[in-house]
Amino acid sequence: MKNIFGWLGHKTLGILQELGSIMLLFLHALSWILRPPFRMRLLFRQMEFIGVNSLFVVVLTSLFTGMVLALQTYYAFRMFGAETLVGATVALSMTRELGPVITGLMVTGRAGSAICAEIGTMRVTEQVDALTVMAINPVQYLVLPRIVAGFIMLPLLTIVSDVMGILGGYLVGVQLLDIHGGMFMNKIYEYVELADVYNGLVKASVFGVILTLVGCYKGFYTRGGAEGVGRSTTQAVVMSCVLILISDYFLTALMF
Amino acid sequence: MDQGRYIVRIQGLTKSFGPHTVLEGLELDLEKDRVNIIIGRSGGGKSVLIKHIIGLLKPDKGSIMVRGQNIVPMSERELAGIRRDFGMLFQEAALFDSLNVAENVAFPLHEHTSKGYKEIDEVVQAKLAAVGLQGMGHKMPAELSGGMRKRVGLARALALDPKIVLFDEPTSGLDPVMAATINDLILRTRKEFGATCIVISHDINATMKIADNIFMLYQGRIIAQGSPGEIQESSDPVVRQFIRGEAAGPIQIN
Repeated sequence: MKNIFGWLGHKTLGILQELGSIMLLFLHALSWILRPPFRMRLLFRQMEFIGVNSLFVVVLTSLFTGMVLALQTYYAFRMFGAETLVGATVALSMTRELGPVITGLMVTGRAGSAICAEIGTMRVTEQVDALTVMAINPVQYLVLPRIVAGFIMLPLLTIVSDVMGILGGYLVGVQLLDIHGGMFMNKIYEYVELADVYNGLVKASVFGVILTLVGCYKGFYTRGGAEGVGRSTTQAVVMSCVLILISDYFLTALMF
Repeated sequence: MDQGRYIVRIQGLTKSFGPHTVLEGLELDLEKDRVNIIIGRSGGGKSVLIKHIIGLLKPDKGSIMVRGQNIVPMSERELAGIRRDFGMLFQEAALFDSLNVAENVAFPLHEHTSKGYKEIDEVVQAKLAAVGLQGMGHKMPAELSGGMRKRVGLARALALDPKIVLFDEPTSGLDPVMAATINDLILRTRKEFGATCIVISHDINATMKIADNIFMLYQGRIIAQGSPGEIQESSDPVVRQFIRGEAAGPIQIN
């Protein structure tokens, strides 16, 4: 019994300590945000990598999420004759919840892991030390552009995700299940407010910071060669996903 | 006083990692404009020592004077200023994978000088020629052999004409001919570029050939120092065992 509590306490302390270290890295990066040199080239390259290159996978997953959402809600709503509300339900779910979360998880899998593996490899091959020796702050050079890129690109990807989800819902609801198209769109205008979309985008920005920050952190403190890079990449993906889902709950509770 | 003669002076340097003490009250004075070579066993703290000299690690105790300034209490930003005088060749060269050879060498120039692209390109070509790699600028690091990577690393370390160049095991993992080439380059770094060289190595033959001063690091301290001749004549059993490469002797194998 004592052992279980000891283990739990040990784990909890470990997690808290890690979150603290992540916060410190975040603050360190932020302290560089208004100080030259501004690395616009690195920022744009990261925006392309995190944002543009994730477009296809976000489009695909959002489309099918919207489609299955329409299928499921149609099944339930038909029981009390509210089929026309399928569109509004899909739109609300996408903008408030699924758009940002799916985007966050997909970009974590695609870009968060790559960020961690890249910086981790740079760490174990002494490239991070080489930056320091050349009097370049590695946090400013490697971490900051990625965090800013995540902060900017995740909301943009989420807008695409929202649109694709609703489109998927429309395809299934209107084309396949014969809901009246005008009614479908009308209910969306009626029930979805701009605040729903905005708050979803705020979430997306937070997720963007989380996934890039955790990727950078895990990469930055990688130890132990190729095996270490693999280990920290796995940890980065798991940790980002968990933090995204946990923070999603609290952001929702706070904003809506 | 001696301030002019010694470029790096280390006093009472102690560093532990957890329960493991790596450096224990180490004293070391490195002469300016010389090839200073620190020898010692693998895992004996040579890399830790060199990382202290350039401020990548902070000591638990002791002072490290670089050109008359104590770098131990310095902030990252002050250290950045000191590091401008340094170049470092890492053990595996530590070239940036995402940049080609010319971009790697140009990197410190873009960061720390206001030179234009044309001017930087001239410097890059000159440094690459100095290490015998002219015309290789467009290659990516992954396409190069170990010896080439090290030479590119040296060209990058020399890009800003540093006062001090650090070499972390410059010849480990190279064939004898390439090792001799690198040793030649170390000598030329001092003669042609006028830089003080600080080398850590366990390559005894090369050390005897190129060193001005040799320092033997053992169990966290410098136990012997002197010219190659003096070290070879040393009566210390540890030094004798190490430079002759014998398995039997006072050095504990663990």
